[in-house]
Amino acid sequence: MIVKRPVLKWWERLYLPVVEDGLLTTFRHLFKKKVTVQYPEERWVPPEGFRGAPVLLTGLDGREKCTSCKLCMFICPPQAIRIVAGETEHPIEKYPQEFYIDYGLCIFCGYCQEVCPCEAIWLKHEFELADFDRTNLIFGKDKLLQMGRQEPYLKGKEKPLKKG
Amino acid sequence: MKDKEVKNLGLRTEKMTINMGPQHPATHGVLRLVLTLDGEVVVGAVPYVGYLHRGIEKIAENKTLHQVIPYTDRMDYLSPMSNNIGLCLAVEKLIGFETTEKCRVMRVVACELARISSHLLWLATDALDIGAGTVYFYAFTEREKYYDLFEEMTGVRFTVSYGRIGGLARDWKKDFEKKVYDVVLNTPKCLDEIERLLTRNRIFVERNRDVGVISREDAIALSLSGPNLRASGVEWDIRKAYPYLGYERYKFEIPVGEHGDCYDRYLIRMEEMRQSIEIIKQALKEYDPKAPLWPEDNDSQKVFYPPKEKVLTSMEELIHQFMVATKGPKTPKYKEIYFCIEAPKGELGFYIVGSGTNVAHRLHFRSPSFVNLQSLPIMLQGDMVADVVATVASLDPVLGEVDR
Ligand code: SF4
Ligand code: SF4
Repeated sequence: MIVKRPVLKWWERLYLPVVEDGLLTTFRHLFKKKVTVQYPEERWVPPEGFRGAPVLLTGLDGREKCTSCKLCMFICPPQAIRIVAGETEHPIEKYPQEFYIDYGLCIFCGYCQEVCPCEAIWLKHEFELADFDRTNLIFGKDKLLQMGRQEPYLKGKEKPLKKG
Repeated sequence: MKDKEVKNLGLRTEKMTINMGPQHPATHGVLRLVLTLDGEVVVGAVPYVGYLHRGIEKIAENKTLHQVIPYTDRMDYLSPMSNNIGLCLAVEKLIGFETTEKCRVMRVVACELARISSHLLWLATDALDIGAGTVYFYAFTEREKYYDLFEEMTGVRFTVSYGRIGGLARDWKKDFEKKVYDVVLNTPKCLDEIERLLTRNRIFVERNRDVGVISREDAIALSLSGPNLRASGVEWDIRKAYPYLGYERYKFEIPVGEHGDCYDRYLIRMEEMRQSIEIIKQALKEYDPKAPLWPEDNDSQKVFYPPKEKVLTSMEELIHQFMVATKGPKTPKYKEIYFCIEAPKGELGFYIVGSGTNVAHRLHFRSPSFVNLQSLPIMLQGDMVADVVATVASLDPVLGEVDR
């Protein structure tokens, strides 16, 4: 299909009618619904399944769900996760002694949530993570667990999610 | 006035070299152009690239193919969807994997949505560079709707990481296809409005017509691709020439220009968006929400994760999950393939050499923007210095993809 280029009519070459037409279009837009979100005052609600900050979830017994299998550490493309495994007396013998996520490196790809075999790591709807210091962006285990507890929709997340 | 005419007048002129970029707002990123000017006429232009080089190809040699997917998002960041899906298709070709029918339909819709959103951004910035600021806002408002769709589909707006080897990251939500349909149906209205502002606007036409001309022969010789090639009158579209994802089933036309100037490139992209809308409409008719997204036979289970509810409850699936995550899809040793798709910017190719593991021995991207950019010296030859901005904008380069 050959796209034909239009030939300008004489009144279009005059230029003034085109200006008028353009101004009319702009004028019509004045009365349309505003689309801008006035961000800090007006809050934006992310849709379900939004990929924000990855956090750790707590199980029903009050312990972290993570068994320190390090699969998320392996899969994480920018290597933002660091885990030091430890052993406990609990029936599930392993737990993460230390668990760091560097939000400065994290690209919010959701791979960790996808691979975690215990549903221990979850991408929360949190997106305001900016800080003035990079070292403040490295979140430890306590902070991550606390962030996981904050969200009401993450509480007692027992229902397994669908694939992906 | 061309060189010769000036000489005939008996004036003595001197050539001047100036730097445009890398921090120039009209170079769409960090492109540096060294222009040689004779008065106001451009007699030479050399693009310098590499200011955004991140070594993605080298990184890809150390990451599993699955982990490379988020990196492709950051190549052509205006259409991450087609990059993801292109890589997945290439790897699937390498390991010989068949995706399901539903997955193919969803991928077609995702790719075409990416094409429209990418072209809308091009339209906005192209018009802005010419001086039509209003169009910028109208096009961005429309593009926002597409990003809302991506957000619903994948979880993020920009770096989607949606493709997976063998399928897609997640299924669509209930009634999502209706939302896509609504958005797509309303886009022609926005396009019409913008066309009324631009296509017959004398200023826009005169800034674009016969500017940045490249002939059919030069375009082929420089291996231009995508809308830039079609503007020069070559009817070439990978979707028609080497159909993938079942594009041969959809009815659509390839818009072709005649003059190979900026105005043709504008007209072609506008028409392409309308054709994409047609493809999406046809694909959505074939979409069956109940069909499985992933193949269900045991053979293909080496490629993707088992369903999450099974991983949480059954031992076998748990082991399987670990095997897929760490060993991934095995690529045949030293088998090489080249696979290309029609990305919004042109032919996006992937050259992969297998290594016997799930890490590619070599992964090369043929990025369309990089190849398209080398035609700039020919296009700019003899144009005015004010036309440089219009020409660069009409080429639609994305520097993330040029430098990789
Ligand atoms: S979201 Fe991606 S980048 Fe962030 S921690 Fe998880 S795997 Fe790593
Ligand atoms: S994949 Fe899950 S269980 Fe394993 S270490 Fe990561 S968070 Fe813990």
